[in-house]
Amino acid sequence: MKSLFAFVIKYNFIFVFFFLQIICAWLMVHHQGFQGSHVLNSSNMAVANVYRTAANTKEYFSLKQENDRLGNENAMLRNFLKTNYTILPLKQFVKNDTLYKQQYSYISAKAVNSSVNKRRNFLTLNIGSEQGVKQDMAVMTTDGIVGIVTNVSANFSSVMSVLHKDVRVNCQLKKDGSYGPLVWDGKDYRYCLLTDIPTHAKIKAGDTVITSELSGIFPEGIMVGTIESYERRQNESFYTARVKLSANLKKVNHVYVINNRFKTERDSLEAQTQKQIDD
Amino acid sequence: MTTEILKNIARFILLVLMQVLLVQNINLTTYVILLPYVLLIIMLPFETPKLVVLFTAFALGASIDYFYDSSGLHASACTIMGFARYYVLKYIAPREGYDAGVQPTIEDMGLAWFLRYAGTLIIIHHFFLFYLEVFRFSEFFRTLLRVMLSSVGTFGLIYLIQFLFFTKRVRT
Repeated sequence: MKSLFAFVIKYNFIFVFFFLQIICAWLMVHHQGFQGSHVLNSSNMAVANVYRTAANTKEYFSLKQENDRLGNENAMLRNFLKTNYTILPLKQFVKNDTLYKQQYSYISAKAVNSSVNKRRNFLTLNIGSEQGVKQDMAVMTTDGIVGIVTNVSANFSSVMSVLHKDVRVNCQLKKDGSYGPLVWDGKDYRYCLLTDIPTHAKIKAGDTVITSELSGIFPEGIMVGTIESYERRQNESFYTARVKLSANLKKVNHVYVINNRFKTERDSLEAQTQKQIDD
Repeated sequence: MTTEILKNIARFILLVLMQVLLVQNINLTTYVILLPYVLLIIMLPFETPKLVVLFTAFALGASIDYFYDSSGLHASACTIMGFARYYVLKYIAPREGYDAGVQPTIEDMGLAWFLRYAGTLIIIHHFFLFYLEVFRFSEFFRTLLRVMLSSVGTFGLIYLIQFLFFTKRVRT
């Protein structure tokens, strides 16, 4: 026994070395990741504190950048505050007219003011230039046409209703395409007059009237009304038809403003051609 | 004697902090891992008893393990290095042995000696560290490359530290 101790003490260096290596091996084997070894538990506080202090110090170097980022995020989040918004059901959807490759986009709006009892009737819509409304845009409801935008402010617009002395919308008979201007005679808000229908057109009561592409303002095919009656006036080679409007202009509420994307181009081209003809 | 102990304790803390807070974040490549904390073992005075060297090495390795989350890896490598230090010193000792009051630095012992001494210890340390980390022979040559490149890197950094902090010539 004694010689064993003497042996160990003589070679203590090597024995201690192996002893420490066994401890290291135990530590390595018991490396469990999350739980770790019990040995490391209390000391981890010290380690964590050192790292935490270092991280706090490093944070100071990026303060300006972090402040800028937080400022921008605050501004963006403020924009979402409900108090910033008036409830505006603004929906836009796009219709692709493949025939003429025109693009019509529809802006949803509400009529806040409308009249039917004057000779020149107007509506006021709750959207304006900031929502993309421009002069001469067409206005319709789901039932039929309503009018044409005439004045635009930032958030409101004025619409000349079809019940307006100076409004002429070019419409056509759905069944054979005979077209003519739609005007209002000022008498009944439910009826307009479709004039200049050629006599060879097979017109009948109950025929559907829709917008024609010649209007330049309305897209083709929007419902206008139905033929109530027609007559051939004296000294005229055309029919004049009484059209019952499909849209009830006394109760206009939800409307669509139609944006014809190609309109400016078309208008300038037509003006150019007109100018050339006149010269 | 106590001043020596205090000096070494200070070196211990400083080297561990430097390793953990600064050098750990230096990402050169996966092949070059810098571990200048081994400088502590290298710079222990010649007269330090070999058991003290052994325990100091173990403590140093364990401290680094806590920070690196490597659970015994560095402790093992450092203990081996501490064990080897005794034999390396014996083997490359100058003919008259080491003078009293001399420190194992480049300044006192010359670059050639230091290269042999520190270089050997660093290679031993890195060898065991990287192979234990991988714990298989399949990546033998890649690990060997890591050992070589990291040893060069660590030695370079240690040389730099020696030059900056432990050269008396600069101060006078």
